Amino acid sequence: MKYIEEFRDRALADKLAEAIRVEAQAGRGRLYRLMEFCGGHTHAIFRFGLPDLLPPQVKLVHGPGCPVCVLPMARIDAAIQIAQIPDVVLCSYGDMMRVPGGKRMSLMKAKASGADVRMVTSPAEAINLAQSLPDKQIVFFAIGFETTTPPTAVVLKQARALGLKNFSVFCNHVLTPPALRWLLESGKDADADVPELDGFIGPSHVSAIIGTKPYEIATSDYGKPVVIAGFEPLDVLQSILMLLRQVNSGQAKVENEYARAVTRGGNIKAQELMREVFFLRDAFEWRGLGSLPHSGLRLNDSFAAMDAERRFPLTVEAVQENRACQCPAILRGAKQPADCPLFGKVCTPDNPIGSCMVSSEGSCAAWYSYGRGRKNDEAA
Amino acid sequence: MKLHEKPLDKAQGRIDMTHGSGGRATARLIEQVFASAFDNPALAEANDQARLTLPEPGMRLAFSSDSFVISPLFFPGGDIGSLAVHGTVNDVAMAGAKPLWLSAGFIIEEGFPIADLERIVRSMAEAARNCGVSIVTGDTKVVEKGKADGLYINTAGIGVFRAELDLSARRVRAGDAVLLSGLIGDHGVAILAHREKLSFVTPLLSDSAPLNGLVEHLLASGVEIHALRDPTRGGLATTLNEIAGTAEVGIRLEESAIPVRESVRGVCEVLGLDPLYIANEGCLIAFCPQDQADRLLQAMRAHDKGRDAAIIGKVVSDSRFWVEMHTPLGGSRIVDWLNGEPLPRIC
Repeated sequence: MKYIEEFRDRALADKLAEAIRVEAQAGRGRLYRLMEFCGGHTHAIFRFGLPDLLPPQVKLVHGPGCPVCVLPMARIDAAIQIAQIPDVVLCSYGDMMRVPGGKRMSLMKAKASGADVRMVTSPAEAINLAQSLPDKQIVFFAIGFETTTPPTAVVLKQARALGLKNFSVFCNHVLTPPALRWLLESGKDADADVPELDGFIGPSHVSAIIGTKPYEIATSDYGKPVVIAGFEPLDVLQSILMLLRQVNSGQAKVENEYARAVTRGGNIKAQELMREVFFLRDAFEWRGLGSLPHSGLRLNDSFAAMDAERRFPLTVEAVQENRACQCPAILRGAKQPADCPLFGKVCTPDNPIGSCMVSSEGSCAAWYSYGRGRKNDEAA
Repeated sequence: MKLHEKPLDKAQGRIDMTHGSGGRATARLIEQVFASAFDNPALAEANDQARLTLPEPGMRLAFSSDSFVISPLFFPGGDIGSLAVHGTVNDVAMAGAKPLWLSAGFIIEEGFPIADLERIVRSMAEAARNCGVSIVTGDTKVVEKGKADGLYINTAGIGVFRAELDLSARRVRAGDAVLLSGLIGDHGVAILAHREKLSFVTPLLSDSAPLNGLVEHLLASGVEIHALRDPTRGGLATTLNEIAGTAEVGIRLEESAIPVRESVRGVCEVLGLDPLYIANEGCLIAFCPQDQADRLLQAMRAHDKGRDAAIIGKVVSDSRFWVEMHTPLGGSRIVDWLNGEPLPRIC
């Protein structure tokens, strides 16, 4: 853990904070609106109290990089429906269990009313379960960006090698670059409810898989700088400094602050694995962002037998989300959690209305758990 | 007693429904597994209740109850039996009381190995001896296979304390110092690491331990202690929020002062957990006036169970009753109640 402490050093943090202040002053009153794409960064920012270290000119805007948050209600309802099929055991990551679907149902409530839903920390646990419960149908509720996709691919290949007939995957994996492109495109449009941003703090783990190359569209097509940052607090401060320097010098390039884990090409083996097992859906619905072309993955035809969407007949109707819930606007960076009339009053981690309050990577959960005492502007 | 003399098969035998029937098999189980291990005069009277005598007239009683559903039953650093004794002894001791008597209720799943039951009961008996308490009454029920997960234990405990002693969360006030007697996170992380089969160079052990000796030692120091609490379920964060709410005060912590074992920090980092929310079974939080904090700290550190003690924060006036923490990087954040259930069945 010595390795971690090096990235949490107070003296270094003070130096970085001072350098950020100096750089921000050079902007002579301009604002720097920086989006941390990933919920892991949002969480780190609040857990370490980083807003206290930043000058008022730097505004952090929370992005959609929270897989639990961006999953639309209809997909949660579908998962609940699968879980309620007799003899099905649905395996889900813990964060997903409490996300409300339609009629405020959730996997946790479905479990309490008799559905067999089990919390797992990895897809490998689902495979083990499939082997130990041959009379049950084990369905893994797969969610996440490029970070969690390769492990799902691995277990699908394992299940095929083992000849498991009782294992399938309900695939909800989504991709980062299409969401980034949508944010950039919408940011140009004055009518779209998406803020124009000055730069992006790029994801850590996702980038370890996909590399830095996919972010180059931000610089080449939209002239916005991107700095790929590690999850440690000093990583975040360093990347903010790098973004300010780019903005002040009129540059827009992809820089890699997280070079200890990320290369330009990324993890080729993991990428090949993903291509082998999944194909791109024509479009996938994101909460807050709408239907984005080529943004979600599905099992390809050679794995069709293990595709829960093809194995089970699902009849999910579109549901009306709570209109007062600002999750959608928060996910596209248009609003902050405290702008939501439900935040901290009706909607709390104990009684979440929207997904952003449930997931540990969600902005509302981070605001509530670590910073609800702050005023809007202070926290931004 | 002749009825019960036929020996149980302690090597291969399993609990069946007759062991909970109240008939001969129950009597045999009680005789050969429980009574022999817990042996004490009150239990030996073999009545439906234990009859107890206060050590001194005029003493007040502290009374607490706790149920244990931990999975797995045996874990590094303890088992459900020792945990069930320590848990209740510690709850009683937090009043400044001397724990004297425990009850033990067992809910056993049909098919449970008698050898495992005996091992757990012996562990309880040993833990009770180490704490200086007697298990004076008990109960056994058996439920059908699949209706419980092996074994659940409930213990209740009674302790005694002098009427002038007043340790209570309500006495915590602005200006108090917050002390922690030891490292946090060991119990929850040891259980988790064991369940997830995470292996380490040095295996992580639960901190499950009795704290009544430490409490006695702290009271003897003469420091004016306002309240004691052991941060079990929900961890340090949740316990401090409970106290802040009861005492109607705020608490301000220094993150860098909170002692956490490096390996615990590491596991938490990898699994995305926060040590502040992990259950403990062998440390306590103490509140005393700021100007006596150093004396209390020295007293803690002089005791075996308080070697890693630290002053971790202070109590302030705050009408929102918030727990806030200065981070090592110079920022600050709220420390909220535990939300949800990240680690089910760790006690």
